[in-house]
Amino acid sequence: MTDPSVTTAGADPDEPQQPTTSAAVDAVDGRARRRARTAGIIYLAVGLGIMGLFGLGSESGLSSSFGLSEGGGSDSFFLTLPSRGTAMLIGVMCAAFGGIQLARGFRRRGLVTVAVITLGCFAFLVWATRGQDFSLVGMLQTTVTRSAPIALGAMAGILCERSGVVNIAIEGMMLFAAFVGAVAASAAGNLWVGLALGIAGGAALAAVHAWLSITFRVDQIISGTVLNIFALGITSFLATGLLRDYPSLNRSGTFRPVPIPGLSSIPVIGPVLFNQNIFIYLMFVLVPLLTWSLFRTRWGLRVRSVGEHPKAADTVGIDVYRVRYRSVIMGGAMAGLAGSFLSLGSLGAFENNMTAGRGYIALAAMIFGRWNPFGALGAALLFGFAEALQTKLAIIETPIPSEFLLMAPYVVTLLVVAGFVGRSRAPAADGQPYVKG
Amino acid sequence: MTDEATVIDAPPSARAGPVRSVLNELKVPALALLSALVVGGLFIIFTNPECLYAWARFSNDPARALSRSWDAVSDAYSALFMGAVGSRRAISETLTLTTPLVLAGLSVAFAFRAGLFNIGAAGQIIMGTIFAGFVGFTFDLPAPLHVALAVVAGFIGGALWAGLAGLLRATTGAHEVITTIMLNFIALRFLDWLLTTRLFLPDGRDNPVSKRVVESARLPRFSEDLRVNAGILLAILAVLIVWWILQRSTLGFQVQALGLNADAARYAGMRTAALIVGAMAIAGGLAGLAGATIVLGITPLITGGLPSTGYDAIAVALLGRSNPIGVFFAALLFGGMQAGALQMQSATSTPVDIVIVIQALIIMFVAAPELVRAIYRVKADGGDTPTFTANWGK
Repeated sequence: MTDPSVTTAGADPDEPQQPTTSAAVDAVDGRARRRARTAGIIYLAVGLGIMGLFGLGSESGLSSSFGLSEGGGSDSFFLTLPSRGTAMLIGVMCAAFGGIQLARGFRRRGLVTVAVITLGCFAFLVWATRGQDFSLVGMLQTTVTRSAPIALGAMAGILCERSGVVNIAIEGMMLFAAFVGAVAASAAGNLWVGLALGIAGGAALAAVHAWLSITFRVDQIISGTVLNIFALGITSFLATGLLRDYPSLNRSGTFRPVPIPGLSSIPVIGPVLFNQNIFIYLMFVLVPLLTWSLFRTRWGLRVRSVGEHPKAADTVGIDVYRVRYRSVIMGGAMAGLAGSFLSLGSLGAFENNMTAGRGYIALAAMIFGRWNPFGALGAALLFGFAEALQTKLAIIETPIPSEFLLMAPYVVTLLVVAGFVGRSRAPAADGQPYVKG
Repeated sequence: MTDEATVIDAPPSARAGPVRSVLNELKVPALALLSALVVGGLFIIFTNPECLYAWARFSNDPARALSRSWDAVSDAYSALFMGAVGSRRAISETLTLTTPLVLAGLSVAFAFRAGLFNIGAAGQIIMGTIFAGFVGFTFDLPAPLHVALAVVAGFIGGALWAGLAGLLRATTGAHEVITTIMLNFIALRFLDWLLTTRLFLPDGRDNPVSKRVVESARLPRFSEDLRVNAGILLAILAVLIVWWILQRSTLGFQVQALGLNADAARYAGMRTAALIVGAMAIAGGLAGLAGATIVLGITPLITGGLPSTGYDAIAVALLGRSNPIGVFFAALLFGGMQAGALQMQSATSTPVDIVIVIQALIIMFVAAPELVRAIYRVKADGGDTPTFTANWGK
């Protein structure tokens, strides 16, 4: 037992690899039961909380109107719901989920958790808009656009970490790509050139991360920190030095939304999902594609084996270093896409430190989503919702300060990481340099 | 727990004498600094329009390209140097900017020694400024007592914030890198919110800038016309205390045992959970002190935003190899670079941000001693690179 990866993989007290004795099976069963019960209690508590806060908190007789079409003129279509009744109904539904979970348990608890979170968000909206009207479509549109860089950044993290390399440099890779993308697009006068070079920029920084952490076995967190600081320094340095003197290098413009014929005219879903720019469509393609490749292809099996048990992978002839290099660089390309969105898909120019912590939020979304693309997408949508809420709620009056709404995703992540909501488990060899031989 | 964790500062080899071992210790940081300055110089050359123009005509006039480049780099670096130590005022600015870097660097270094990666110094600094600033502008007390109370409040603010991360790590195993990053953003939003309340805003103002810390709570200055203040003495005192804790106290011994091998520490009968919480709280308290010296000594009011000192602190701790004395000199170097950078920007129009690039390069070279050895073909004692990822996401 001299190789660290072997000891840790086997000695993980929380996830025994193969419980052989009946006592071990009982222990695992006990833990699973306890977790299932905690989940049930949390659903129940959320349900009661919704009833108490948002149901009883809405004065009876008021109703909430949600605009369901884009623009929101006088001809737009409104969905009007009684505030108290709706919030109460949602509360009862969540509490019922809790009851069922406690009584017999759901087979797919993840979906139920997603449902409870979504219902909770909706109940909050119903309560916040009582007696007023509010464009639901605009809100959902903003949610999707705000979540795109987070979701794509989380995909970058998943690719790296599934292969066993911790990546806290998503932030730096995104920032660097946003810069390269904006400058390249402005210089070439072509957004596609900017996008390609932005992606390449993210991949280049990732290659440095791979080189430092795989070849030189620098601690992966230090290597990531170096890249974050470096990216912040070099982009600010060039932006203040070069872009100030040549402002024409920082006018890239943005990718316009491309409505998909037919689908974009579906009410609600159309404007939210099918009238977006290329980045959003790529996000919707890449998430299922990455899920399928990771869990259904030979490539994915190799990546995961290298991340879970590199020694075993090495023994069967997989080149651990090469698989890790490739995954990290592909992850960097993904982070590059996420970063390019900020300059080319959203603002149309580069600004100093324009990622503003989104790379770290992507990291949180990855952990929240338990290193699964769809889970991370869900988490990113939740973060995007909180961001969108902050911009939209300024219009309607709520007693909750927007700062606390912005704080909420971080608090939830803290709770998830602490295991109060559900244990997330990293790939077993995540963060451990592999020494061949 | 942290069965993989090793501390950055491996004990120097016993066979060499003290002078030899100090020189050996300094070899990697010195070469790292040199390499970082060289690479930084390349960045300066290739972003300077005149240099680029000269290089484009390299085949016609190679001497001109080289001399242009040399001028650009030497002008920038000499302005940097003069801005750091060239005058009474420059030295005062260097010491002023060094103060929070020393304290925040000690915070990260102390956590390193316990095998913990405190990436959340920024959030702890925010909490320190909130607590110290609040005491500083709310109460009306005689001067020495007021300063002392505000400084202690800053320590407590940071200690509570990091202690929370330590508590989560000790009880649930949540990795401190993730929790402290999250706590950074929570602290940031909390500060944003405080800066909308009447508790923090001056009467009749709505822009997010807090009340001014009253004169009696400010750290006393050494001279009327210079910004350098008693904060630097506080920082030196903190260096000595942390050195004493680590080298001479039981607590320090236990903290380092935890950092070297948490399992062994537990089998030896140490209460590792309490040690983790305690080590994080002390680390956070030091970062909180950094926040206190900022609000009580440098800018007497609080504004929003994550302080960059939080990330500089990581660089300082790595360069100082988690040794309190080393941290002091690393902070002095970075403080000097930051003070000089402002001078450099106004004199040569090289943006201050080059200093951030140089800092990143320094950490990279320090963290990868093999890289330095490969470049310079020296047999430097690099020490072990630490591993903080052992408990990632579990």
